[in-house]
Amino acid sequence: MTVHNIRVGETKRGDAADGALVEAVGGRLSRVDGPAKITGAARYAVEQQLEGLAYAVLVESTIASGKVRAIDSKAAEAAPGVLEVLTPDTIISLRTAADWFGTPPPDKPYCPLARDITFSGQHVAAVVAETFEQAVAAAAMVKVSYGETPAIVDLSDGKAGDGIPIDAMTKEWGDAAAAFASAPVRICAAYNTPREYQAPMEPHGLIAHWEGDHLTVWEPSQWLDGMARTYAEWFGVPFENVRLVSPYVGGGFGSKALALGHGAIAASAAKMLGRPVRLVMTRAQTFTGYGGRAATRQTVTIGADHDGKIQSIVHRGVNETSIEGMWVEPLGSVTSIMYATPNFSSKQNVVRVNSVVPGAMRAPGENPSAFGIESAIDELAYEVGIDPLEIRLRNYAEQDPHAKKAWSTRQLREAFAAGAERFGWARRTPEPRSMRDGNHLIGWGVAAGTYPVRRAYGEAIVRILADGSVEVESSSIDMGQGTYTILAQTAAETVGVSGDDVVVKLGDSRFPRAGVSGGSRLAGVMTGAVYKAATSALDQLIGLAISDPRSPFHALQANTLVVAKGRITAPRGDGPDVSIAELLKSVGRVHIEATGDTMPANSSAEDRYKNYTTIAMALPHTEGDYSRHSWCAHFVEVRVDEDFGTVRVSRVVSALDSGRLYNPKLAESQWKGGIIMGIGQALLEEGIVDRRHGRIVNNNLADYLVPTNADIPDIETISVGIPDPHSSVLGGKGVGELAIVGIAPAIANAVFHATGKRIRDLPITLEKLI
Amino acid sequence: MRDFSYLRATSADAARQAAALPGAMLLAGGTTLIDLAKCGVAEPDTLVDITHLEGLDRIEIDERGAIIGALARMGHVADHADIKSRFPAISEALWQAASAQIRNMATIGGNLMQRTRCPYFRDPSNFAACNKREPGSGCSAIGGVTRGHAVLGTSEACIALYPGDLAAALVAFDAVVHLGDRRIPVDDFFLLPGTTPDKEHAIEPGEMITAIEIPASAAARRSTYLKVRDRQSYEFAAASAAVGLELESDGRTIRDLRVALGGVATKPWRARAVEEALKGKVLEPETVRAASLLAVEGAVDHGANHYKIELAPRVVARAILKLGEAA
Repeated sequence: MTVHNIRVGETKRGDAADGALVEAVGGRLSRVDGPAKITGAARYAVEQQLEGLAYAVLVESTIASGKVRAIDSKAAEAAPGVLEVLTPDTIISLRTAADWFGTPPPDKPYCPLARDITFSGQHVAAVVAETFEQAVAAAAMVKVSYGETPAIVDLSDGKAGDGIPIDAMTKEWGDAAAAFASAPVRICAAYNTPREYQAPMEPHGLIAHWEGDHLTVWEPSQWLDGMARTYAEWFGVPFENVRLVSPYVGGGFGSKALALGHGAIAASAAKMLGRPVRLVMTRAQTFTGYGGRAATRQTVTIGADHDGKIQSIVHRGVNETSIEGMWVEPLGSVTSIMYATPNFSSKQNVVRVNSVVPGAMRAPGENPSAFGIESAIDELAYEVGIDPLEIRLRNYAEQDPHAKKAWSTRQLREAFAAGAERFGWARRTPEPRSMRDGNHLIGWGVAAGTYPVRRAYGEAIVRILADGSVEVESSSIDMGQGTYTILAQTAAETVGVSGDDVVVKLGDSRFPRAGVSGGSRLAGVMTGAVYKAATSALDQLIGLAISDPRSPFHALQANTLVVAKGRITAPRGDGPDVSIAELLKSVGRVHIEATGDTMPANSSAEDRYKNYTTIAMALPHTEGDYSRHSWCAHFVEVRVDEDFGTVRVSRVVSALDSGRLYNPKLAESQWKGGIIMGIGQALLEEGIVDRRHGRIVNNNLADYLVPTNADIPDIETISVGIPDPHSSVLGGKGVGELAIVGIAPAIANAVFHATGKRIRDLPITLEKLI
Repeated sequence: MRDFSYLRATSADAARQAAALPGAMLLAGGTTLIDLAKCGVAEPDTLVDITHLEGLDRIEIDERGAIIGALARMGHVADHADIKSRFPAISEALWQAASAQIRNMATIGGNLMQRTRCPYFRDPSNFAACNKREPGSGCSAIGGVTRGHAVLGTSEACIALYPGDLAAALVAFDAVVHLGDRRIPVDDFFLLPGTTPDKEHAIEPGEMITAIEIPASAAARRSTYLKVRDRQSYEFAAASAAVGLELESDGRTIRDLRVALGGVATKPWRARAVEEALKGKVLEPETVRAASLLAVEGAVDHGANHYKIELAPRVVARAILKLGEAA
C-alpha cells in the first residue's frame, strides 16, 4: 500500500506573473495532483482493493426522539450473503475516546449504535455482507420498533427554550446598554441562518482492516493523527498500532476532521469478522451521519452618532446543538473585532434540539457572525444616510478592539480601496431600487470578512536521494487545496532543485506527523515544517561537500556553496560544478535525510503527541503582542427579477489579505471556492425539517441546492496581502475559509439595494422577494 | 435495492409482453427508474431493456407535425434543428430540464413516465403513509414540508407535483401519445390524482409508449418555454409556462394562444381559461396580465407553496408578452 507519488515535473504548468520560477514559493504552479484526478488515476481511500473485502450498510433511526424497543434482524441474518448484523447488543464494546481538545474521556463504554434515539437518522444497526448489494437488501429487512417521545425539532420549537448560556463566549467592554440607550441613532435587527451542509463531492466512508491488534484505516481525512488517536482509544490499542491512509480527499469543508460513528462501526465489524470491511455513506446519510453548520439566530443592536460613528454594539447569539453533544458556533467572533466601538457586549446561548451534533463547516462562527454584523452595519448606513463603504471606513478598527492588541497585518483598508476601484463602486446610486435593466432590479452590495490565523504544529522529512531528487513526507493531507503542490514548491526552492525533481508524499500516518487540516492552518504550518527540514537537509549537503575529504569541493576551503537547479557550485563560481547526485556518489552517501518541525524547541515526546493529535496546544491568534487575522472585502452585483423574486449574482469583485501567497493560482482558486459556497449559502442552501418527524427531508443533491456553474458569474479576486512574519514561517495567513466570510451579507445588502427589501433569514429564496 | 432479472427485449412486441408480467418494468434511459429503485420506491423483479430496439428513436418532421420516437434522447430532441425552428417551446423545455448528463441518457418516452419529486413519496423507510405508493395509506405531505407541492389538481389523497417540463409543452400543443396503435391525447395520458394517485398514466399493462406526435401549428412555431426557479440550472420549476402565440394579420390581435403550466400542478396543466380570455383580444400588457390570473383559478395552497399561486400568472404573462414582442 503506497501513497501515490506525484512528480511535479509531469504536470508543470501555470505562469509566473512576476517572472519568478513557477515552481518556487509564490509561483503559479498548477495543481500537481490535477492530472491524476482528472484522468481517474488517483485512487481514493475507499477505492483500495483488498482481498476478502466485506461491505457494511447502515440502518438508521426513523424517529427523532425515543428508544429502540427491539430490533428484529432474523430476516436480514438469513438473507443471501449476510455475514453479520450489528446491533447495540451484538457489537463489540469500545471505550470512549477523548474529544479533539484531548480532554480525558469519561471511563465508560462507547457504542456507536444507539438504543436511545436523539435524532432522526441516528445509526441503530449495520449489516455486513459479501457484496454491497446484498448488504443493502438485507439492511432493508432489519425491523426496528421504537417507543417514540416528542422531539424538539429546531430553534423555533416551543419546547426548545432559551438554551444554555456559554459564558466563555461572553465578550464585554465599556457599558454597551447605557451607550446604546443614549445613542442618537439606534438600529436593532435579528438575523437567522439555517442548517447548512458541507456536501463534499466524495461522501464519507472507509475501509477498516485488522491484522492482529494493528488496525489500518483507509479513510478520507483532514487529520490523520487525530483520527488515528481516536481509533486507538476506542479499541484500546497503542496509537502506533493504528495507521490512517488518506492519499486524496474529495472535499471536506470541516466534515472530515474527526473519526465518526460510522468509522467505529466499520472497524468493529472488521474486528468481529476478521475481514476488511468497507462502509460508505449514502448521500442521504451524509445529512445525518455527522453535523453540518448549526442553525443560528442573532440579534444585533447598534447605537451610533448621526455621522455613523458606532458608540455601542449589543449582540446576542444562539446556535442549536444536539441533545447529547455540544457544539458552539462562535457568533460573536467577527462582531467583536470588525469595527471600533467603545462599548460592546456579546453573549451566546446554545439550544439543544433533536438533531445530529452540528459540526465544523467552512469558517464556523465567523461565517454566520459576519452575516449578522455586516448586514447590521449596512442597515446603519441607510439609517444615517452614509455610503455603506464609507461607514465601514469611519468605524475602521485600528487595533483589535477586543484583545486591545495591534494587528499583525490588516490590509482591509487596502482591500476596500482595491475592490471598490475595480468594481466601480463610485458609480453606485445610493437609493434602493434606483438601478434597473428591463425586468431586473440591480443592486450593489459590500461586506467585509475575516478569519483568524490559527497556528499549530507539523513536522516533515525531506530526503535528498542518490539521484539528486528530493522527497518530502508528511502525514498532512491534500483535500483539494493544493498541499502537494505548495510543499513541492517549498522543497524545490529551499534545497535548490527544479520542481521536476521533487516528490511529495502525504496522507499516511506513518509519515512525520501533522495537526488538523482545518481552520485554514495547514499551509502555513506545513510550508514552515518543510522549509525547516529542507534547510537542514541543504545544510547537511553543503557541509558534506565542504568537509568530506572525498568531495571535489574539499580543496576549495569554502565557507559555503550554492545549490541551484540541482547543481552545486562555489559562490563565486571559481571551482567545480557538480550535480547533487555526483556529489553524493563521490562522498559515498545514498541519501541525506532531515526532519523539521514547527514545534517549540525542547518539546517532550508527550507534548509532540498532544500537539499532533489534539488541538489543545494550538496557539491563540492573539498570543503575544499581536492579533492575527486574514481580511477581505467583497463587492457584489445582483440582478433581481421583480416579478419572479429570483436573485442572480452577476458580478463579484473581492479583495483579500491572506498575507503572502505560497501559490497565487491555488489561493485564488480557494478564494473563489469560498465565494461560490457563499453564494450557495446566500441564495440556495437550507436543510428543511419536517416538523412532525424532526427529519431533514431535502437530504439529497437534487433538493439541497448548491450552486451550479450557471449560478456563478465571473469572479475577480485581488490579493492585497503583505508577508506577515507574526503569522507563519513564510509569511502567509489563512486562505481556505476567509472568502466565504462576508459573501452572504454582501449579497443580502445588494438585494436590499436592488429591491428595498431587507432579508434577514437565509437563504434568500424567491418567495421572500415575490 | 433488491436483486432483479435483466431481460434484453428482442422486439417491441416482446418487450410489451415481457413488461406486462407482474413485477416487470421497462428500462429505457433509467434515469428515473434506477433512482427510484435506489430509494426503495421501485422494486422491480424484472427489467426489460428496450434501449437497443431499432426504429424507436426516430424524429420525423413534416408539414403536419413531428413524430418523436419513444427512445429519442432528450438531448437529441432539444438540439434537433427542425424541432428548434417549428417547436421552439419543446426544445427550450428540454434544454432547461435536468442536467446535460441526464438529457444524454433519458428518453422521451421515459420522460413522460417520470414520477414526482415529493420527498415523502421518495422515502418509504421514513414515511410509511403515501397514497401514491400504497393506496389507502394516507398522505404524509399534507401538513408537512410543502414548498414543492402542487396548488392545482390536488386531492385530499395527494398533493404531489408533476415535475416535468417537456409534458407542459406537449399539452400546450395538443400532442398525442402513441401506445403502439392506440392514440391518446397527452392531456388525457396524465391522470389527476383524485382518489387513485397511484394511477398516474392512462397506460395499461402490455402497452408501451412508442412515439409522441405533435401537430404543427402557427402557435407552436411561435412558442417559448419560460422556467422560473431559484437555481439557474438543474432544478425543477417553481413555476413554468409553455406558451404559443398566433396573431392576426394586423400583428396585434390574438388569433390562437396556447398556455400550459409546469411546476404548479399534479399533472401538466393546460390553462384554457387564459387562452379563451385572450383569443380575439389585442395583445397588451394589462390585458395579458389580467387574463393570466385565470391560470391559477381554483388553486389551493398548503402553506409553503402559496408563492406558486402568485408566481405562475406572472410567468404566464411574461411568456406571452415576450412572444408578442418578438413579432
